[in-house]
Amino acid sequence: MAQVHLENVKKRFGSTQVIHGVSVDIEDGEFIVIVGPSGCGKSTLLRMVGGLESVSEGEVRINNVRVNEKEPMDRDIAMVFQNYALYPHMSVRQNMAYSLKIAKLSKDEIEVKVAEAARMLQLEDYLDRKPKELSGGQRQRVAMGRAIVRKPSVFLFDEPLSNLDAKLRVQMRLEIKELQAKLGITSLYVTHDQVEAMTMADRMIVMNAGFAEQVGTPLDVYEQPQTLFAAQFIGSPSMNILTAQLNGGHATLTNGAVLPVDSALDVAVRVGIRPEHLITDPDGPLHFTVSLAEPLGANTLLHGKLQGSDDAFTANLPGIHRFDAGTETLRFSIDPDNIHLFDAQGGNRLN
Amino acid sequence: MEKRVTFNGWLLPFCLIFPQILISAVFFFYPAGQAVWQSLFIPDPFGLSTQFVGLENFEYLLSDKFYRASFATTALFSTLVTVVSMVPALFLAVLADRLIKGASTYRTLLIWPYAVAPAIAGVLWLFMFNTRVGVVSWYLGQLGYDWNHVLNETEAMGLVVVSSAWGRISYNFLFFFAALQAVPRSVIEAAAIDGARFWRRFFTIVLPLLSPTTFFLLVVNIVYAFFETFGVIHTITAGGPQQATTILVYKVFKDGFVGQDLGSSAAQSVILLVVVGTLTVLQFKFVEKKVHY
Ligand SMILES: Nc1ncnc2c1ncn2[C@@H]1O[C@H](COP(=O)(O)OP(=O)(O)OP(=O)(O)O)[C@@H](O)[C@H]1O
Ligand SMILES: [Mg+2]
Repeated sequence: MAQVHLENVKKRFGSTQVIHGVSVDIEDGEFIVIVGPSGCGKSTLLRMVGGLESVSEGEVRINNVRVNEKEPMDRDIAMVFQNYALYPHMSVRQNMAYSLKIAKLSKDEIEVKVAEAARMLQLEDYLDRKPKELSGGQRQRVAMGRAIVRKPSVFLFDEPLSNLDAKLRVQMRLEIKELQAKLGITSLYVTHDQVEAMTMADRMIVMNAGFAEQVGTPLDVYEQPQTLFAAQFIGSPSMNILTAQLNGGHATLTNGAVLPVDSALDVAVRVGIRPEHLITDPDGPLHFTVSLAEPLGANTLLHGKLQGSDDAFTANLPGIHRFDAGTETLRFSIDPDNIHLFDAQGGNRLN
Repeated sequence: MEKRVTFNGWLLPFCLIFPQILISAVFFFYPAGQAVWQSLFIPDPFGLSTQFVGLENFEYLLSDKFYRASFATTALFSTLVTVVSMVPALFLAVLADRLIKGASTYRTLLIWPYAVAPAIAGVLWLFMFNTRVGVVSWYLGQLGYDWNHVLNETEAMGLVVVSSAWGRISYNFLFFFAALQAVPRSVIEAAAIDGARFWRRFFTIVLPLLSPTTFFLLVVNIVYAFFETFGVIHTITAGGPQQATTILVYKVFKDGFVGQDLGSSAAQSVILLVVVGTLTVLQFKFVEKKVHY
């Protein structure tokens, strides 16, 4: 059990800087998800916490002790890798016992702990197999087992589910979350999958190009995205972004439509509208032409364009709707509370 | 999945393997057959006629105490050459693997000795350790050590072992280095996080993962020590002092070409062939079981 503090952590590889000062205070037992697109520095950040990558600037503290200079083995952490990184020449049992042996536990203690982990992960029948004789999901479990036998202070996960098929991913996602909650071990979890981030995180760090765009609970980030990037990255289908000019409580879109907004500013902005917040309204200001309808059963996704605009626009309506693609026009209105306003230059939230 | 090509008829497959068969036949089966045949005869002192003696050559050899001593010498020599050529190679490869800058320069420099022919390597080492003009022996003399491999059997053995192993270190290094680079980084990192420090990781993770390479090199180096070290021994000690560095293959040469005892020499070749063959089979049978592919 531990707190983890990152203080203005930076990373440079030679002259290229890939992490530009990330700060976050992680509570004991929290499940933190680091989410962002490929190459944004998620793994690098995680590996700095794990001691696999040196910290160029700033400070990493685990349990209020600076660990920048400590070797991975002196940080009391465990890590699950994307490719599992199991020891190929050892059986499942030996894989899980490896760290305990190094910690010089007695044979009996090791056996008890390995058996307990194997029971939790339903690996009892596979203890004597080699990793290559296991399926992807089973290997993933062994990697988990190797991490939990030791009861470390911090768990680090680097995209542990990305090699699994969709169904197994959903199942393992639940299992990992449950296991973490049961053990109460502080966890950092890297993923590029925003659904994984939304469902698993106590709080998430949304990263973009080496910056932490926003740190907050999934609902915080969903309801109050602090930057344009966070707004577009979180939520599926992603938020519609329109260019507009604010004046006296109204936003005038480039196509001439006028939306009422909760802001007295007088600036150029980007307006964010989540597809699910659109309301069909015969008098609504947004005229929408459907080019493709995706019926999902519980709701229907409509892809198309706003009248007088060339940007793609998506609406998400509850229930089943049938539309004639290309011809049908709908009108939408929107609650001013559900309109997100971002600075046209910096992309920071304005309301 | 296994991919197999099936041929209709026999002509094409025969043509395809014919060159290999031809080479094996000319350079291996024919001389091996000759050796077996000759081992059953003894020539008269003038080499004008031969007389069939059956297995007498073998009986004589096996009761010859010099021949048996040569067996022991070979065992010691090949063990030493294998160890001395593999352990430093592995060590150097581990060091090179940790290098980030300059790794390729270091690698190139380490590969050079392999380009030196064994006999030339022998001469090189001989010059350095020459009892009268050698640089190393002179320095040893300054330090109060009287180096004389011409008289001292242990020193002679040491010198031929080092000279034989020297060039092989490069060869082994290359293989170990490539194998080390193939060990997945994340596995090493996982071990580090699990608490293993460098040497522990080396012995419990890296070394087992290198075992296919180690096994291959073991076989190859033993065969090398048995046969290809001839040039080194011939230039440095010529098998002496006494019989101290007369390994089996050198004795074949000495008895056959110097002593003109072709029957005995042929019999020795046959024995050598059987010994190396058996050794290789044993290695594949027992050591390979411990290899993790
Ligand atoms: N050893 C290195 N040397 C130089 N640049 C590196 C090194 N490792 C990573 N980078 C760079 O740092 C950036 C961040 O890499 P990182 O692996 O952290 O991305 P990521 O967010 O984990 O991406 P992904 O989702 O694809 O795994 C990338 O632009 C990458 O090219
Ligand atoms: Mg990554």
